[in-house]
Amino acid sequence: MAQYVVIGNGVAAVGCIEGIRKEDAAGKIIVISEEPHPVYCRPLISYYLEGKTNLEKMAYRDKNFYERMGCEVLYGKKAAQIDPSTKQIALNDDTVIPYDKLCIATGSSPFVPRFTGLESVEQKHSFMTIDDMLELEASINENSDVLIVGAGLIGLKCAEGLKDRVSSITICDLADRVLSSILDADCAAMMQKHLEQNGINFMLNDSAISFDKNTAFMKSGKTVRFDVLVLAVGVRANTSLIKGIGGEVNRGILISNKMETSIPDIYAAGDCTEGEDISFHDKRVLAILPNAYMQGNCAGINMAGGSSVFDKGIPMNSIGFFGLHAMTAGSYYTAEQGGELYEEKSEGTLKRLFTRGDYLTGFILIGATERAGIYTSLIRERIPLSSIDFEMLKKTATSTAFSVEKRKQFFGGVV
Amino acid sequence: MKRIYVKEEWCLGCHLCEYNCAFANSGKPDMTEALKGKPIFPRIHIEEGEKICYAVSCRHCTDPLCIKSCIAGAISKIDGIVHIDQNKCVGCLTCVLVCPYGALAPNEKGIMQKCELCIANTCGEPACVKGCPNRAIVYEERGE
Repeated sequence: MAQYVVIGNGVAAVGCIEGIRKEDAAGKIIVISEEPHPVYCRPLISYYLEGKTNLEKMAYRDKNFYERMGCEVLYGKKAAQIDPSTKQIALNDDTVIPYDKLCIATGSSPFVPRFTGLESVEQKHSFMTIDDMLELEASINENSDVLIVGAGLIGLKCAEGLKDRVSSITICDLADRVLSSILDADCAAMMQKHLEQNGINFMLNDSAISFDKNTAFMKSGKTVRFDVLVLAVGVRANTSLIKGIGGEVNRGILISNKMETSIPDIYAAGDCTEGEDISFHDKRVLAILPNAYMQGNCAGINMAGGSSVFDKGIPMNSIGFFGLHAMTAGSYYTAEQGGELYEEKSEGTLKRLFTRGDYLTGFILIGATERAGIYTSLIRERIPLSSIDFEMLKKTATSTAFSVEKRKQFFGGVV
Repeated sequence: MKRIYVKEEWCLGCHLCEYNCAFANSGKPDMTEALKGKPIFPRIHIEEGEKICYAVSCRHCTDPLCIKSCIAGAISKIDGIVHIDQNKCVGCLTCVLVCPYGALAPNEKGIMQKCELCIANTCGEPACVKGCPNRAIVYEERGE
């Protein structure tokens, strides 16, 4: 009987476990979980602060999940080292666990730059895990002035969650715009304006360089007084286990489209990896939940002797702030890179479709996001635009733009 | 399993399916009380092109992208039916971002809803099918 080991207990791990069980009902599965919690929905931590969910509802799977899946979960344990020659994992408590097939699903960790004086700040928090969030919650009250370093997805969602529970929120970022990893300048400006209208203050093109207790000293020379500091500068893939044994690692653990690492019998999935982004034609860290599940699932199937390929990875995000939703996907090629842009703008909405040659490569939608998955499918499935009525589709995301045969397949067949 | 299928050559574009759906899922005994003078949030909608129209509702895919993508773990498959736990949904719209058929839309509170084949409501069988005047929507087994 095979022994499967999954290092990590997030969404990629669940994908892996469910993938293994599609192929092998009997093999033993051991899950090494650094966090002392059953799998939960990390992206929901800001919704918890907002009162839109609770700890019970944040569970990603039902409470019998591990039992039903025949998993043994080792909570509060950390894998220290892998020995691929003997196929064993040493834990931080010196336990040794053998594996036949291993999946690394270690996720990512907050990246904290070395700020001078950071140690003098009493209330400083990251915003990644449920425990980070609960600690942050315990540190705030209605009189708190909060400074968030980082205007990315994590920083902004944290701001939204905290908004009605604190006195003020200021967000600073070295970048010149919010959400710089997924929005271009115009779209970011629109979102920033909306956030400002909802009471969030920004200091962009500027960031903290040092701290002294409750004061941040900014690059611009300004100072910001705060009660609570949130550090949301960025995240780094947790690659050390594979790096430590000479496996191929770039910004993430390099994986094939079968989720294999460069080391035999070791697979990897989720935020710790760099897999193919088909809209970019190269490998990228795709640190988003859907890819984590799909990569994990693919890894699990292959670990258990099945055959699965995940070759549809693209960056994609659906994210809303104070009622304004933005959806983004794929890559945005500029004119110099051979890309073309289609744009529609109105009060409160913005649509940008990025095409190159015969393909849609990316999009940004703000405000109007109905049926956006039709656009996403064009990128994921690499559907030639010449095979559909793209002139119609540009204006409205509608399946009527597909051929009659495709529509028959979609709405008259089993898909 | 039985699914909903549409025949676009028979669809009149009358939108009755949308009203029947909204009523069936309203929990109200009376159609006037449920729908009159209110914006409706049906779980089926008519897609209209230049010369064609047809109804779109959840395909209950064999390998649903929405389940794999839901950030709240709120979507699951129960006896072949793709089901949303509205209690867990936070309205992030990731399912809208990934559904290739454009089959999901939020309800009036911003929480996701989709066709669940009228299994749990008082209609007991798909109301869109029952009320379609030209049999352009059918509920049957095909090719599995």
